[in-house]
Amino acid sequence: MQENFKKLSEYLFSLVTKNEVLTLSVSGEKSNFCRFNQSKVRQIGNVVDTNLSLSLINDSRICHGGITLSNDYNVDTKRASDELERLKKEVVQLPIDPFLVMPSNHESLIEVNSGQLLESKDIVKSLSPSIVDVDLSGIWASGNIFRGCSNSFGLFHWFETDTYSFDFSLVTKDERMVKGTFAGTDWNQDKYEDYIKKSKAKLNLLNRDAIKVKPGNYRTYIAPAGVSDILDMFSWNGVGESSIKQGQSALIKLRNKNNLAGCFSMGEDFTTGLVPRFNSMGEISPKVLNIIDSGILINTLISSRTAKEYNLKSNYADDGEYLRSPKINPGNLKDQNILEELDTGLYLSNLHYLNWSDNLGGRITGMTRYACFWVESGEIVAPIENMRFDDSFYDFFGSSLESVGKELEFVPSVGTYSQRSLGGNMCPGILLNSFKLTL
Amino acid sequence: MKELGSYINHLDVSADWVGLREVRESKTYRFIRDLNPQSNTRVDSHGIMIEVLDNGQFGYSATNDLSLSGINKAAKQALENSKSAANNSLFKFSPDVRPKAIGSYESPYVKDVSALSAGEINEILVKSNKFLRSSDKVISATSMAMIVETEFNYVCTNGSNANQKFIILITDQAVNVKDGDVIQRRSMGRMGHQMGLEALNEDLVMSNCEKILSEAIDLLRAEECPNEKMDIIIAPSQMVLQIHESIGHALEIDRILGDERNYAGWSFVRLNDFGNLKYGSDIMNITFDPTIPNEMASYLFDDGGMEAKKEYLIKDGLLIRGLGGMESQARSKTPAVANFRACSWNRAPIDRMANLNLEPGNSSFEDMVSSVEKGVYVETNRSWSIDDYRNKFQFGMEYGKLIENGKLTKTVRNPNYRAVTTPFWNKLKMVGDKSTFEVFGTPNCGKGEPNQVIRVGHATPACLFENIEVFGGA
Repeated sequence: MQENFKKLSEYLFSLVTKNEVLTLSVSGEKSNFCRFNQSKVRQIGNVVDTNLSLSLINDSRICHGGITLSNDYNVDTKRASDELERLKKEVVQLPIDPFLVMPSNHESLIEVNSGQLLESKDIVKSLSPSIVDVDLSGIWASGNIFRGCSNSFGLFHWFETDTYSFDFSLVTKDERMVKGTFAGTDWNQDKYEDYIKKSKAKLNLLNRDAIKVKPGNYRTYIAPAGVSDILDMFSWNGVGESSIKQGQSALIKLRNKNNLAGCFSMGEDFTTGLVPRFNSMGEISPKVLNIIDSGILINTLISSRTAKEYNLKSNYADDGEYLRSPKINPGNLKDQNILEELDTGLYLSNLHYLNWSDNLGGRITGMTRYACFWVESGEIVAPIENMRFDDSFYDFFGSSLESVGKELEFVPSVGTYSQRSLGGNMCPGILLNSFKLTL
Repeated sequence: MKELGSYINHLDVSADWVGLREVRESKTYRFIRDLNPQSNTRVDSHGIMIEVLDNGQFGYSATNDLSLSGINKAAKQALENSKSAANNSLFKFSPDVRPKAIGSYESPYVKDVSALSAGEINEILVKSNKFLRSSDKVISATSMAMIVETEFNYVCTNGSNANQKFIILITDQAVNVKDGDVIQRRSMGRMGHQMGLEALNEDLVMSNCEKILSEAIDLLRAEECPNEKMDIIIAPSQMVLQIHESIGHALEIDRILGDERNYAGWSFVRLNDFGNLKYGSDIMNITFDPTIPNEMASYLFDDGGMEAKKEYLIKDGLLIRGLGGMESQARSKTPAVANFRACSWNRAPIDRMANLNLEPGNSSFEDMVSSVEKGVYVETNRSWSIDDYRNKFQFGMEYGKLIENGKLTKTVRNPNYRAVTTPFWNKLKMVGDKSTFEVFGTPNCGKGEPNQVIRVGHATPACLFENIEVFGGA
């Protein structure tokens, strides 16, 4: 596909006049999906999809288009040139955009990560034998994913990777659940079987009768997967500079006068190489960008458009200014000391359905989910019934944050809205002296 | 694609049933912020889903290659997918779950999508934006319009041949205002309808702007919503989410059967609750109704070919029927509704909401307000969250008014409420009449693995609930 995109780019750039600038980005996948319920196949299939986005600038005006490519070069040149023609007619009708940013030419980034994946005919027979004795619900996704970007100034970037993920829940007869995600680039049957075996072993902890805890404030440990869900909230009216400027960000208070705990630091870290470092305009983000350093907001995500509008310096965030490769820095809490340090309180493995309950106040509501336990004197007593929380990160990343886990866990992005996601979050667990449950 | 009907006869696969579902969708998004264009974007998506039923197991293959050879290749892959799972099927289906569908549907509209040029739509949006920027309290104002044109063609080896064309308009205006440390937001809630460009009527857009700007300024001076148990009158602009989250998802049969346990979750509703569970008070009547003109998810057939008809799901407070298509009917032995839907050509259908409505009652808005001694009236959802069994929910709204001694009094900001589903619906005390009834639709309902986001409609009157836990901001 990389060569097809290069050829298509060259063809389309030959159609651009001297007053016009064209940026292209492509994203696509060849994916296999298999959905399981009760460890049996509910739905199975595959998807071949490629989308081309075109952004045309003419005389301080810009418009955008997108089409599905067929992966047949002759068909695609016709579709793409028709779309370019439509854009040429539309762009002259539009208002001038004072904050339009002209693309430029940078060094070219080319990254291709090939993996060893299961063939589609082997997926069910490889996964099924290990799960026949357990109730599993989940989704297998595998295949090739690619992203590319080019512009009429000569820029060309390409990122391509083979990945698989098996994201699942194991369910006991009384409906207690353990979450698992086995993901990577090179399939290893032995490692898969071992992962399933260890996941099944976790079910034993859930066999005890569940405790119903009352609403109130509790000492709480939130494991990395739960922290990852909270971190995702920072991409939604959080760390984007434009959302701060437009009065929609939970970080406005952090910029103005508040600090978070000294042991809390987070930012963008592209050194894992799991996602492309170029954005949809082809700009290359710094390898590491500290956003909150020891509780103090030192950077936000600033796209070039926002930089132009507010006279700031861009750090090449993508449109939307969301986190693409986030990481919370590790602290001092060792895994083996978690229960002892927690002493008596809640151990929450996962959270569910988070939303801002007061965006500007930094308050987030959501549910506990999966393997969550009541702990007394450093010993797990029993699972808890799911509870609603409603608390501000100014507290749980601030005054209530007692310590941060020493070990980081990679929580892969397994989302498949429109297309399979890339990358994931690097997160530690957090120990809180207070966390508010409400219902 | 005119050839689709002939392609079905030229596929080189032997199976019990084969279906082709071609989807072509064009989304045009125009967005103005603070007087300047932010986006003028049109994205087209076009492809075909081939489904094959072989030995009781469906397999699918979705392709962007629309040639006969491309479709044939995908059909063979779909068959291979099916065969690879045949010894591990959750359920062995018969071709009966894909009934024969012949007919066509087209969204009702007055002005077609070419009635206004790109420049003219931008002019309307800029004008509305100028009005919203007219106060010095405004820190940001947005005006948007999204035009969605979708065409489905569905042909199968059972003789099905259906064509459905949809035009959907989604509009919104929003304003963020600031006074000292207080920042508030007021919007029209980004709702949509099946209709043409008549939705971008300039008078209507300007009237919306007047309302939200005035109410936003009002919120800057307002007190926090009190924290206490009280009566609550919920406007249709929030009832939409209340119905969606605490009824719609809970009644999806595929959730009840456990398909969704790894993602959105399960349901507190079980199959033996149908005909037995008192979901709400006697004045609660919920219908699945894909026949209402202009509602977002009206259609003639679902994506499995079942004809869409109105059905009561909850009648006089009693749960009588779920939201499951023909596959769920076969699995659960509960009667189906036509809700087996996919978001596009690259996803397989699953049980979804379509139009899920609360039928109007007998109370005027004034009747409801006058019956409340201490309460709050709320409008326009801004926050939502519910547990994986669809029990414990919490919602936040943009705008509230206190009700004291039967009268609307002070504006309150940051209103929220939380409760548990069936106790909440059993506290439904009054249901608004047709004068309070509004048709809404939301474009962003997420579900399924692989994930799908789909458009659903909700039509509802305002409703009064008694003795609910209400609270304010941080």
